[in-house]
Amino acid sequence: MLIAPADTDLSSWDVLANIQMLLHYHFMQNAYLAGTLVAVAAGVIGYFMVLRDQSFAGHSLANVGFAGATGAALLGIAPIVGLFLAGLLAAVGMQSLNIAARQNRQSDIAVGAVFTASLALGFLFIHLSTAEYAANVYNVLFGNVLGISDADVRVIAWSTLLLMSVFFFIARPLFFASIDPDVAAAHGVPVRVLSFGYLVLLALEVAVAVQVVGVLLIFALLVTPAAIAQYVTTRPAVSILIAIALALLFTWVGLAVGYVTPYPVGFFITTFAFATYVLVRVGRLVRGGTINWGHRHVGGNV
Amino acid sequence: MSVSIAGVLPPFTPNLWQDIQAMLRYDFMRQALVGGTILSIVAGLVGYFVVLRHQAFAGESLSDVAFAGALGGAALGINPFVSLIVTTVVVALAMGGFGERLRGRDVAIGTVLAWMLGLGVFFLSLFTAHVSGRGTGFSGVTVLFGNILGISTEQIGTIALISGLAVLTLLLISRPLLFASLDPDVAAARGVPVRVLGLGFMVLLAVTVSEATLAVGALLVFALLLLPAAIAHQIVSRPFVALALAAALAVAFTWLGIAIGFYTGYPSSVCISLLAFVSYVVVVGGSGRMLKTTRKKGEAVRA
Repeated sequence: MLIAPADTDLSSWDVLANIQMLLHYHFMQNAYLAGTLVAVAAGVIGYFMVLRDQSFAGHSLANVGFAGATGAALLGIAPIVGLFLAGLLAAVGMQSLNIAARQNRQSDIAVGAVFTASLALGFLFIHLSTAEYAANVYNVLFGNVLGISDADVRVIAWSTLLLMSVFFFIARPLFFASIDPDVAAAHGVPVRVLSFGYLVLLALEVAVAVQVVGVLLIFALLVTPAAIAQYVTTRPAVSILIAIALALLFTWVGLAVGYVTPYPVGFFITTFAFATYVLVRVGRLVRGGTINWGHRHVGGNV
Repeated sequence: MSVSIAGVLPPFTPNLWQDIQAMLRYDFMRQALVGGTILSIVAGLVGYFVVLRHQAFAGESLSDVAFAGALGGAALGINPFVSLIVTTVVVALAMGGFGERLRGRDVAIGTVLAWMLGLGVFFLSLFTAHVSGRGTGFSGVTVLFGNILGISTEQIGTIALISGLAVLTLLLISRPLLFASLDPDVAAARGVPVRVLGLGFMVLLAVTVSEATLAVGALLVFALLLLPAAIAHQIVSRPFVALALAAALAVAFTWLGIAIGFYTGYPSSVCISLLAFVSYVVVVGGSGRMLKTTRKKGEAVRA
């Protein structure tokens, strides 16, 4: 077992000892376990989010989680239930408003409308609850990566397993429907059902992840690794793997740096992710002049 | 704050005229109504172009960026208003630089936004550590949600000045901007400087969003920016009528919302946003059934 006294000094270059020190405490073990699970799922879901150009929907669903969590606290139900219910409602709202307004699937108005309503409800719930709830709000918004219980880890593990197995089955048709909805529909792929199902999965992932990284930062794990991955390669399987690997890397390093410094983990995760994104883009610019844009966007129909 | 005063306020009576008079006896209500009206007009006008140009995500991101900028200014001891404007304009120019095409643009915006949120969290942790030492997110929550009833007289001066300039600029460039928004390719072929207009509009959006965010919070800014314009866009296809309608609707929502908030004790921004949202849902649901044919015609014109 670990004998070294766990202090916060990671200045030595003995990697193994440093890792032992990091994982000495139970809460750090839980943080790493939960972070890993969330990052894997976020890599996969984020890949499709970027592919489908639904970054705004992802951002909104993450913020809907805010209303869900505050509402759950107000009603006294489990946060994850409230989070998921709110996400589900929002997915239904986005989908039906979109269809009712007869917009194309990239309509940002339906998403924005649901987003506004959920923010307003979240604020209303805070207003209705008591003042000492403020610290809780902070946790919902920014996550509390060091306060994850064993029960949380179990919930995260089961839902990640569920998410991954669903994705295993729908990945192919979803990919087809994302790249070219018209042709996919003509081939009998249930495009609408898939696009709704995808939103529900996104909502589930957000509900699970909010406890680890918070409403505002789950979005970073969803969008940035996938954006980098699609920049690097156009092959779907490779791209998904890269997105997962990057999400894992950012989470692990972010947790480690967050552990030794007094600043929030989320800040480090987003900063590493953004720095990598900028590096990749700049590197591409330097190497290839002005990139052939059309090549990167697999099904550029807009 | 609106919470503590709720008990002292006059009750709601069937006599509407008397209610309005009772409401206007309070200084903070008059200021909220004046400030809210100015902001609503700008938000409605700018918002119509946001809807036309599919830039809702950019607009929403900018108010989050404003949140990070204001917190950063507060944490580093710079004037929050200066840091806010500078941050949002720089980020807006970067977003505008990503180009006019829809596909891929949202991803770039999202990536920048994710980092900005991370920065906001960082500044918030600095800020709360300095101010109270307790890890409460309440200061951040006020920036996010704001309080329209807290508008001061000096703020109204600033709001009026910046909004006036924004509306003037927008009206001056409205014709070419409309053309460039509806059909960028044809506009470019006709010699309209599409790219410059796009960048200029982003700066305009950034300035509007940031001054409004500081005054009434990110939630209300986005609600006023998007929903009235979306309703106007849904029911009217003639651009200048829709512009006027968007501004009028924004003002109406703000007045009604403030009044409802005043008499129920709920936060005004929540009342305004939910009112606008419900109206949007009703309009979309209604027009989906009734105006099918007009809508199709509008689609054909736009396509």
